[in-house]
Amino acid sequence: MLGEGGAGRRAFGTQNRTLWFWVFVGPFLLGLGVFTYVPLGWSVYLSFFDAHNTVTPSDFVGFGNYTEMLGNKAFTDSLWTFLLFSLFIVPTTFVLSLALALMVNRTRGAQAFFRSVFFLPAACSYVVAALIWKMSLFNGVRFGLANTVLGWFGADQTAWLSTTHPPWYWLVVVTVRLWLQAGFYMVLFLAGLQRISPRLYEAAAVDGARPGWQVLRHITLPQLRTTSVAVVLLLVINAFQAFDEFYNLLSDARGYPPYARPPLVYLYYTALGQGQNLGLGSAGAVILALIIAVVTVGQARWFSLGNKEG
Amino acid sequence: MNDDALVRVGRALRVALLIALALLFLIPFYLLVRNGLASEADITSPDWTFFPSTLHWSNVTELFDDSTVPFARSLLNSALIAVATTLGTLLLASLAGYGLARIPYRHAGKVFYAILGTLMVPAAVTFVPSFVLVSSLGWVSTLRGLIVPTLFSAFACFIFRQYFTGFPAELEDAARVDGLGYWRTYWRIVVPNSRPVFAAVGTIVFIGAWNSFLWPLVIGQDREAWTVQVALSSFTTSQVIRLHELFVAAAISIVPLLLVFLFFQRWIVAGVERSGIDD
Repeated sequence: MLGEGGAGRRAFGTQNRTLWFWVFVGPFLLGLGVFTYVPLGWSVYLSFFDAHNTVTPSDFVGFGNYTEMLGNKAFTDSLWTFLLFSLFIVPTTFVLSLALALMVNRTRGAQAFFRSVFFLPAACSYVVAALIWKMSLFNGVRFGLANTVLGWFGADQTAWLSTTHPPWYWLVVVTVRLWLQAGFYMVLFLAGLQRISPRLYEAAAVDGARPGWQVLRHITLPQLRTTSVAVVLLLVINAFQAFDEFYNLLSDARGYPPYARPPLVYLYYTALGQGQNLGLGSAGAVILALIIAVVTVGQARWFSLGNKEG
Repeated sequence: MNDDALVRVGRALRVALLIALALLFLIPFYLLVRNGLASEADITSPDWTFFPSTLHWSNVTELFDDSTVPFARSLLNSALIAVATTLGTLLLASLAGYGLARIPYRHAGKVFYAILGTLMVPAAVTFVPSFVLVSSLGWVSTLRGLIVPTLFSAFACFIFRQYFTGFPAELEDAARVDGLGYWRTYWRIVVPNSRPVFAAVGTIVFIGAWNSFLWPLVIGQDREAWTVQVALSSFTTSQVIRLHELFVAAAISIVPLLLVFLFFQRWIVAGVERSGIDD
């Protein structure tokens, strides 16, 4: 194709689709290759080597890094931390954002106002949100708002971030994410709600369905199916990436506490902390990537199985 | 009670609940501004008051005069990174999306799946290998290292491809009749008629770049390469915390995004709605 007839003039003509395809897609694909595929491959390679403080591997250790990582209680604990975190945050965010969407959708007058208020936290970074939560809302000493308000009712002061029994720090970690995320997913649900044909509701009314729970269960929720699948998928992927709020809420000048380390926080300290153990960190990254791939594919399978019935 | 009364009570309850939730959602913003303008004594006072006793606008000047935290520099870095990332992503991803959607090529499907596949790997998981690559390029603590690796967003490419697949063919056919090639058709016909999707993707990318934390933390090891988020974080984890400066810095850091929200909210909403949910 490229060398066709040696007609240089025609090489850049509309007819030469292959060439034009690569002019448009090539730069992007090249960059993606260099900055995504190469690091991935390099990471797999590096995970089989001993690489302290260096990006040039020295000694081949086989699966040594993997067995060390999987035998390390701190790392497996971080996986459990993540599991607990997502088991809680995924359904909670789902229910809250759906509830917000249902309420906002039925509000006629101030719909834009409420939508904006709930969506606004999306403009904050986790760093800023964590700062407000740690230094003002859930501060351990009495100038924190939560302790001030509880103090009006005579409650004792709580050191929210350092109390592990009961695990009050979860309350702080979870509410930050709820505040930041709920509005974003509410917008997704609102979009889904507005696509439902009013005729379905009219038909339900004719059939004698009472407005409220019956309509919600038999009309609204089934119609939101595609949106719900997407929301759950995004929530799980985002939970896997939890780093910013954990790091900013819990680390301070004295370091990071041994509890509440999700996998990324753990990898960050392994690969770039004092030891700079890049081989070990790479093995952890590969393990995490594999887990995410399995979960994502499993979830997609599971949902598409359910789809066939609907 | 009859049905009518029930409906009215239900509506009143719903509105009351919405207002209560809205207030809850606004409290953190209020705390940010209140503490940003309060004196340090007011912030840490055990006798908490809704309004600080006096407003300290001098917190702003104090922040920029503080030589221990290069806040002005980090603001500039963040602005440069966010703008460059947004423009670069829009250019690269829109070209690729258009090529995938509109230029017939035998292997276009395979290329598309090669790109889509990277969406499965969360960017944050690749930070260790990416750091390895960037450091072997000698790009640690450079703006290059902060910008270039983030320019190739499979997400943005995916949205552009979906959008261009549905672009009306008549417009392009007319351009073809006028003798325009792919390149000029793209710039003169397709781009000017696709402003909403560019605005939507652009705002999403801008917000992501401004708020991103892990990558700048990993790459910005020298203070000169700090972004706003890294500077704020270093404030909270440092030994000596100047709370009033910290809060005013955080408040300043969200101003650019509030402006973006004000001007582009409907694009963001449109972009969010379009981001693959419609298939």
